[in-house]
Amino acid sequence: MSSVKPRGKVPKKASIDEVIEIKTLIRHPMHSGRMKDKDGKIIPRQIINAFKVEFEGKEIFSMKLEPSISTNPYIAFPYKAKKSGTFNFEWTDDNGTKYTMKRKMKVS
Amino acid sequence: MKIKKMAHIRRRDAMAIILGTAGTFIMSSSVYASKDNFTQRINKITNNKGAKETEIFLDVPEIAENGNQVKVNFEIESPMSQNDYIKTVYILADGNPSPDVAKLSFSPEMGVCSATTRMRLSKTQNVYLLAENNNNQFFMTKSMVKVTIGGCGG
Repeated sequence: MSSVKPRGKVPKKASIDEVIEIKTLIRHPMHSGRMKDKDGKIIPRQIINAFKVEFEGKEIFSMKLEPSISTNPYIAFPYKAKKSGTFNFEWTDDNGTKYTMKRKMKVS
Repeated sequence: MKIKKMAHIRRRDAMAIILGTAGTFIMSSSVYASKDNFTQRINKITNNKGAKETEIFLDVPEIAENGNQVKVNFEIESPMSQNDYIKTVYILADGNPSPDVAKLSFSPEMGVCSATTRMRLSKTQNVYLLAENNNNQFFMTKSMVKVTIGGCGG
Protein backbone atom coordinates (compact mmCIF):
# COMPACT_ATOMS: atom_id res chain seq x y z
CA MET A 1 0.00 0.00 0.00
CA SER A 2 1.70 3.07 -1.20
CA SER A 3 -0.91 5.38 0.28
CA VAL A 4 0.27 4.67 3.83
CA LYS A 5 2.13 7.73 4.95
CA PRO A 6 3.49 8.45 8.41
CA ARG A 7 3.55 11.98 9.75
CA GLY A 8 4.92 13.40 12.95
CA LYS A 9 5.40 16.64 14.79
CA VAL A 10 8.30 17.03 17.18
CA PRO A 11 9.48 20.48 18.30
CA LYS A 12 12.84 21.28 16.65
CA LYS A 13 14.12 22.98 19.77
CA ALA A 14 13.46 22.43 23.45
CA SER A 15 15.04 23.49 26.72
CA ILE A 16 16.36 21.03 29.30
CA ASP A 17 13.65 19.36 31.40
CA GLU A 18 10.92 20.77 29.21
CA VAL A 19 8.06 18.34 28.64
CA ILE A 20 7.33 18.37 24.94
CA GLU A 21 4.38 16.82 23.15
CA ILE A 22 5.01 14.52 20.23
CA LYS A 23 2.14 14.06 17.79
CA THR A 24 2.01 11.32 15.18
CA LEU A 25 -0.44 10.24 12.54
CA ILE A 26 -0.26 7.54 9.93
CA ARG A 27 -2.60 7.39 7.00
CA HIS A 28 -3.99 3.85 7.07
CA PRO A 29 -7.51 2.41 6.51
CA MET A 30 -7.36 0.20 9.66
CA HIS A 31 -9.71 -2.47 8.27
CA SER A 32 -11.18 -3.99 11.42
CA GLY A 33 -12.34 -7.17 9.68
CA ARG A 34 -15.98 -6.28 10.34
CA MET A 35 -16.69 -3.74 7.64
CA LYS A 36 -18.27 -4.82 4.38
CA ASP A 37 -17.50 -3.53 0.91
CA LYS A 38 -20.08 -2.48 -1.71
CA ASP A 39 -20.78 -6.11 -2.66
CA GLY A 40 -21.45 -7.10 0.92
CA LYS A 41 -18.22 -9.02 1.28
CA ILE A 42 -16.28 -8.62 4.49
CA ILE A 43 -13.04 -6.72 4.02
CA PRO A 44 -10.32 -8.81 5.70
CA ARG A 45 -8.65 -7.37 8.76
CA GLN A 46 -5.62 -5.23 8.09
CA ILE A 47 -4.51 -2.77 10.72
CA ILE A 48 -1.43 -1.14 12.12
CA ASN A 49 -0.93 -3.37 15.15
CA ALA A 50 2.10 -1.82 16.80
CA PHE A 51 3.79 1.52 17.26
CA LYS A 52 7.20 2.10 18.80
CA VAL A 53 9.32 5.15 19.52
CA GLU A 54 13.03 5.18 20.27
CA PHE A 55 15.18 8.08 21.31
CA GLU A 56 18.87 7.59 20.56
CA GLY A 57 18.32 3.85 20.32
CA LYS A 58 16.42 3.47 23.60
CA GLU A 59 12.73 2.63 23.55
CA ILE A 60 10.72 5.31 25.30
CA PHE A 61 7.14 4.57 24.29
CA SER A 62 5.24 1.80 22.55
CA MET A 63 1.65 0.97 21.87
CA LYS A 64 -0.24 -2.14 20.84
CA LEU A 65 -3.16 -1.22 18.58
CA GLU A 66 -6.37 -3.25 18.26
CA PRO A 67 -9.08 -3.02 15.58
CA SER A 68 -10.95 -0.56 17.85
CA ILE A 69 -8.45 2.17 16.95
CA SER A 70 -9.77 4.61 14.34
CA THR A 71 -8.78 4.96 10.70
CA ASN A 72 -5.59 7.01 10.32
CA PRO A 73 -4.36 6.28 13.85
CA TYR A 74 -3.38 9.40 15.75
CA ILE A 75 -1.11 9.04 18.76
CA ALA A 76 0.21 11.86 20.93
CA PHE A 77 2.44 11.47 23.97
CA PRO A 78 4.83 13.55 26.11
CA TYR A 79 8.61 13.40 26.45
CA LYS A 80 10.91 15.14 28.87
CA ALA A 81 13.77 16.70 26.91
CA LYS A 82 17.21 15.99 28.38
CA LYS A 83 19.61 16.12 25.44
CA SER A 84 19.69 16.60 21.69
CA GLY A 85 19.06 13.54 19.60
CA THR A 86 16.97 11.67 17.09
CA PHE A 87 13.60 10.02 17.51
CA ASN A 88 12.89 6.88 15.53
CA PHE A 89 9.24 6.04 14.96
CA GLU A 90 8.08 2.67 13.71
CA TRP A 91 4.62 1.42 12.78
CA THR A 92 3.97 -2.27 12.04
CA ASP A 93 1.28 -3.39 9.62
CA ASP A 94 -0.61 -6.71 9.93
CA ASN A 95 1.08 -7.77 6.67
CA GLY A 96 4.50 -7.31 8.25
CA THR A 97 5.42 -4.04 6.55
CA LYS A 98 7.18 -1.55 8.79
CA TYR A 99 6.83 2.18 8.24
CA THR A 100 9.49 4.35 9.78
CA MET A 101 10.16 8.03 10.33
CA LYS A 102 12.97 10.03 11.92
CA ARG A 103 12.81 13.37 13.70
CA LYS A 104 15.62 15.40 15.21
CA MET A 105 15.42 17.59 18.28
CA LYS A 106 17.91 20.11 19.65
CA VAL A 107 18.04 20.68 23.38
CA SER A 108 19.76 23.74 24.80
CA MET B 1 -50.42 -14.27 41.91
CA LYS B 2 -47.52 -14.38 39.56
CA ILE B 3 -47.59 -18.14 39.36
CA LYS B 4 -51.25 -18.07 38.53
CA LYS B 5 -50.59 -15.62 35.71
CA MET B 6 -47.81 -17.76 34.35
CA ALA B 7 -50.18 -20.66 34.00
CA HIS B 8 -52.19 -18.70 31.47
CA ILE B 9 -49.29 -18.47 29.05
CA ARG B 10 -49.80 -21.01 26.33
CA ARG B 11 -47.15 -23.64 25.78
CA ARG B 12 -46.49 -22.34 22.27
CA ASP B 13 -45.92 -18.80 23.53
CA ALA B 14 -43.65 -19.99 26.27
CA MET B 15 -41.50 -21.86 23.78
CA ALA B 16 -41.28 -18.79 21.58
CA ILE B 17 -40.21 -16.65 24.52
CA ILE B 18 -37.58 -19.13 25.62
CA LEU B 19 -36.19 -19.60 22.13
CA GLY B 20 -36.25 -15.86 21.51
CA THR B 21 -34.32 -15.01 24.65
CA ALA B 22 -31.81 -17.77 24.02
CA GLY B 23 -31.32 -16.50 20.48
CA THR B 24 -30.67 -12.94 21.57
CA PHE B 25 -28.28 -14.15 24.23
CA ILE B 26 -26.22 -16.19 21.78
CA MET B 27 -26.22 -13.31 19.30
CA SER B 28 -25.11 -10.73 21.81
CA SER B 29 -22.45 -12.89 23.37
CA SER B 30 -20.86 -13.72 20.05
CA VAL B 31 -21.01 -10.27 18.50
CA TYR B 32 -20.30 -8.03 21.46
CA ALA B 33 -18.10 -8.41 24.47
CA SER B 34 -20.53 -9.39 27.21
CA LYS B 35 -20.25 -8.15 30.76
CA ASP B 36 -18.76 -11.49 31.87
CA ASN B 37 -16.24 -11.44 29.05
CA PHE B 38 -15.23 -7.99 30.05
CA THR B 39 -14.77 -8.85 33.72
CA GLN B 40 -12.76 -11.89 32.68
CA ARG B 41 -10.52 -9.72 30.54
CA ILE B 42 -9.83 -7.37 33.46
CA ASN B 43 -9.14 -10.32 35.74
CA LYS B 44 -6.74 -11.73 33.19
CA ILE B 45 -4.82 -8.48 32.83
CA THR B 46 -4.66 -7.88 36.59
CA ASN B 47 -3.88 -11.54 37.32
CA ASN B 48 -7.06 -11.73 39.46
CA LYS B 49 -5.72 -9.05 41.78
CA GLY B 50 -8.33 -6.54 40.66
CA ALA B 51 -7.85 -2.83 40.25
CA LYS B 52 -8.35 0.03 42.66
CA GLU B 53 -10.80 2.61 41.37
CA THR B 54 -9.01 5.92 41.52
CA GLU B 55 -9.31 9.39 40.14
CA ILE B 56 -7.51 9.39 36.83
CA PHE B 57 -7.99 12.23 34.43
CA LEU B 58 -9.77 10.54 31.54
CA ASP B 59 -11.03 12.88 28.89
CA VAL B 60 -13.59 11.33 26.56
CA PRO B 61 -16.62 13.10 25.09
CA GLU B 62 -19.91 12.70 26.94
CA ILE B 63 -21.68 12.37 23.62
CA ALA B 64 -19.89 11.13 20.52
CA GLU B 65 -21.80 11.97 17.37
CA ASN B 66 -19.58 9.74 15.29
CA GLY B 67 -18.42 6.49 16.82
CA ASN B 68 -15.69 6.19 14.22
CA GLN B 69 -13.48 8.86 15.70
CA VAL B 70 -13.73 9.24 19.45
CA LYS B 71 -10.87 11.12 21.05
CA VAL B 72 -9.42 9.59 24.21
CA ASN B 73 -7.05 11.62 26.31
CA PHE B 74 -5.77 10.75 29.77
CA GLU B 75 -3.28 11.90 32.34
CA ILE B 76 -2.22 9.89 35.35
CA GLU B 77 -0.47 11.53 38.27
CA SER B 78 2.83 9.80 38.79
CA PRO B 79 6.37 10.92 39.65
CA MET B 80 7.60 8.92 36.61
CA SER B 81 10.90 8.21 38.37
CA GLN B 82 12.95 5.03 37.95
CA ASN B 83 11.44 3.63 41.18
CA ASP B 84 7.89 4.77 40.75
CA TYR B 85 6.30 5.08 37.36
CA ILE B 86 3.31 3.93 35.37
CA LYS B 87 4.42 1.06 33.20
CA THR B 88 1.37 0.10 31.19
CA VAL B 89 -2.00 1.62 30.42
CA TYR B 90 -4.84 -0.35 28.86
CA ILE B 91 -7.74 1.31 27.13
CA LEU B 92 -10.81 -0.95 27.18
CA ALA B 93 -14.38 -0.61 25.97
CA ASP B 94 -17.09 -2.90 27.39
CA GLY B 95 -19.51 -2.66 24.46
CA ASN B 96 -17.22 -3.17 21.48
CA PRO B 97 -16.91 -6.52 19.66
CA SER B 98 -13.62 -6.98 21.49
CA PRO B 99 -12.91 -5.20 24.79
CA ASP B 100 -9.30 -4.30 24.01
CA VAL B 101 -8.63 -0.98 22.34
CA ALA B 102 -4.96 -0.33 23.01
CA LYS B 103 -2.11 -1.15 25.32
CA LEU B 104 0.39 1.64 25.92
CA SER B 105 3.83 1.10 27.44
CA PHE B 106 5.44 4.06 29.17
CA SER B 107 8.96 4.71 30.37
CA PRO B 108 10.23 7.04 33.12
CA GLU B 109 12.01 9.11 30.44
CA MET B 110 8.66 10.53 29.39
CA GLY B 111 8.38 12.65 32.52
CA VAL B 112 4.59 12.69 32.43
CA CYS B 113 2.13 9.84 32.02
CA SER B 114 -0.34 11.04 29.43
CA ALA B 115 -1.37 10.22 25.89
CA THR B 116 -4.03 10.91 23.29
CA THR B 117 -5.47 8.70 20.58
CA ARG B 118 -8.71 8.12 18.69
CA MET B 119 -10.88 5.05 18.97
CA ARG B 120 -13.98 3.41 17.49
CA LEU B 121 -17.07 2.82 19.60
CA SER B 122 -19.85 0.60 18.27
CA LYS B 123 -22.54 1.86 20.66
CA THR B 124 -23.11 3.73 23.91
CA GLN B 125 -20.81 2.19 26.49
CA ASN B 126 -18.20 2.65 29.20
CA VAL B 127 -14.60 3.37 28.33
CA TYR B 128 -12.18 2.01 30.92
CA LEU B 129 -8.65 2.99 31.68
CA LEU B 130 -6.57 0.41 33.48
CA ALA B 131 -3.10 1.45 34.59
CA GLU B 132 -0.30 -0.67 36.02
CA ASN B 133 2.70 0.79 37.83
CA ASN B 134 6.17 -0.73 38.11
CA ASN B 135 5.17 -2.44 41.39
CA ASN B 136 2.39 -4.32 39.57
CA GLN B 137 -0.41 -2.38 41.24
CA PHE B 138 -3.49 -1.63 39.18
CA PHE B 139 -5.62 1.48 39.02
CA MET B 140 -8.82 1.91 37.11
CA THR B 141 -11.32 4.52 36.07
CA LYS B 142 -14.25 4.56 33.67
CA SER B 143 -16.37 7.01 31.78
CA MET B 144 -19.64 6.64 29.90
CA VAL B 145 -19.74 7.72 26.26
CA LYS B 146 -23.05 8.10 24.47
CA VAL B 147 -22.69 7.17 20.82
CA THR B 148 -25.11 8.50 18.21
CA ILE B 149 -23.77 6.62 15.17
CA GLY B 150 -21.82 3.44 15.84
CA GLY B 151 -18.37 2.98 14.38
CA CYS B 152 -17.84 -0.70 13.86
CA GLY B 153 -19.58 -1.24 10.54
CA GLY B 154 -21.68 -4.32 9.96
